[in-house]
Amino acid sequence: MNKVQDIVHPGDSVRILPGHVSHGRFERVLRAGHFAVTTEIAPPDSCDPEEVLKRARVFDGYVDAINATDGSGAHCHMSSLAVCAILTRFGYSPIIQISCRDRNRIAIQGDLLGAAALGVCNALSLTGDDVTAGDHPDAKPVFDLDSVSLLQTLKILRDEKRFLSGRPLESAPDLFLGSTINPFVPPVRNRVDQLAKKIEAGAQYIQSQYCFDIEMLKSFMKRAVDDGLTQNCFILIGVGVLASARTARWLRENVPGVHIPDIIISRLEGAEDQKTEGRNICVELMQQIKEIVGVSGIHVMAYRQEKYVAEVVRKSGVLAGRQPWAFNRLENDLRNK
Amino acid sequence: MYQVRLWTNRHARAMERLYNIFNPIILRLLRGTSKIFGHSLDKPVTLIEKATKSLFFDCQMCGNCVLSKTGMSCPMNCPKTIRNGPCGGVRANGMCEVKPKMRCVWVDAWEGSAKMKYGDEIKQVQFSVDHRQSGLSSWLKAARDE
Repeated sequence: MNKVQDIVHPGDSVRILPGHVSHGRFERVLRAGHFAVTTEIAPPDSCDPEEVLKRARVFDGYVDAINATDGSGAHCHMSSLAVCAILTRFGYSPIIQISCRDRNRIAIQGDLLGAAALGVCNALSLTGDDVTAGDHPDAKPVFDLDSVSLLQTLKILRDEKRFLSGRPLESAPDLFLGSTINPFVPPVRNRVDQLAKKIEAGAQYIQSQYCFDIEMLKSFMKRAVDDGLTQNCFILIGVGVLASARTARWLRENVPGVHIPDIIISRLEGAEDQKTEGRNICVELMQQIKEIVGVSGIHVMAYRQEKYVAEVVRKSGVLAGRQPWAFNRLENDLRNK
Repeated sequence: MYQVRLWTNRHARAMERLYNIFNPIILRLLRGTSKIFGHSLDKPVTLIEKATKSLFFDCQMCGNCVLSKTGMSCPMNCPKTIRNGPCGGVRANGMCEVKPKMRCVWVDAWEGSAKMKYGDEIKQVQFSVDHRQSGLSSWLKAARDE
């Protein structure tokens, strides 16, 4: 197995490898041809940095990057920029999620320069849930940009070294740019066209919505591969850890864009221990997803189930023996140096 | 006029034909009147545009009209005003995540485009609107190539 140059020690000169746009570990893993694993951290409702670290450490050694959500579900939490800044200080590889709901083009461009200055190498562009989905439904929705024009904006910042206004930057943010796709909701036929638009706008990787329907995913991926869309873009498929049939039903009915087939719910209902069965389903899905042509990785979303991420990744075997960066591994490496 | 808007979208092909016939005529007419009257007729022209497009498309007068590239479904009726939709929250029945009683304007946009001769224009990436144009006439803008 070719060695992934994924360890960046403090004090090492951080360089961008040929053909890469960022100096980040996540891009290195994908471009080295490995099957990547990402997950997401739920930002705390506090201003305690230790809380962020505590939440990140449960993933040590099992994920290549951690998404810091940006007011997910239109609920207010610690900002994604702050979470990322804390994580980079300790060597983690965060993906800053940027939603178009709360900030206009002026704020977003400024935040992204700041993120890059704080060591963030990856950005994920999202349109974002509407304010009515969250705990501040009386707020003003911004939506100045959408996920596609946000990608264009980030690409202009990075590649043209200028703001949207044309004003030049002194240095450009070296960000690996991504976006999302949901192949499981209408218009299913056009989701591949939408993927093509996102790639044209600048997406280099994609993290999908929860996949609980392998057949739908297979037909989506087949069309994406046939259209050559996986040649210039890494596709990571989202999987979820369901705690029970009741949670699954709740997710399906209350979270926009989540498609869970009845067969999954009845399987959970029929199980003796629903919690374990939820993890079994996740492991099986991961194994099936890895076999699909064109898929470059898995994005595990385990809200309030974060402690099981390591377990499902290990049981699924998708890392094929590879050990992603871990806080302790860095310390050990330094000791042995 | 939600029902009219749905009807217009269902007949996207016919609307495209009308657009292709009337667009050059309207633009020529406006270019002529602009030459003679300058900006003095801007107000009535804008009102006529607003009345027509509001009736057929629930036009929001964003001043950045892209109807012919979005399957004759106005993206400004999307609660998130997405210009490259849809978002990932569309309901399984094709209804809007935010307004469950409204069809997703982008599901309609892709369906409308599939019926149109030049429907593939929906695949072009659209940048966000120029908010300075809000409330202004797209017809006059096109006629004067502003």
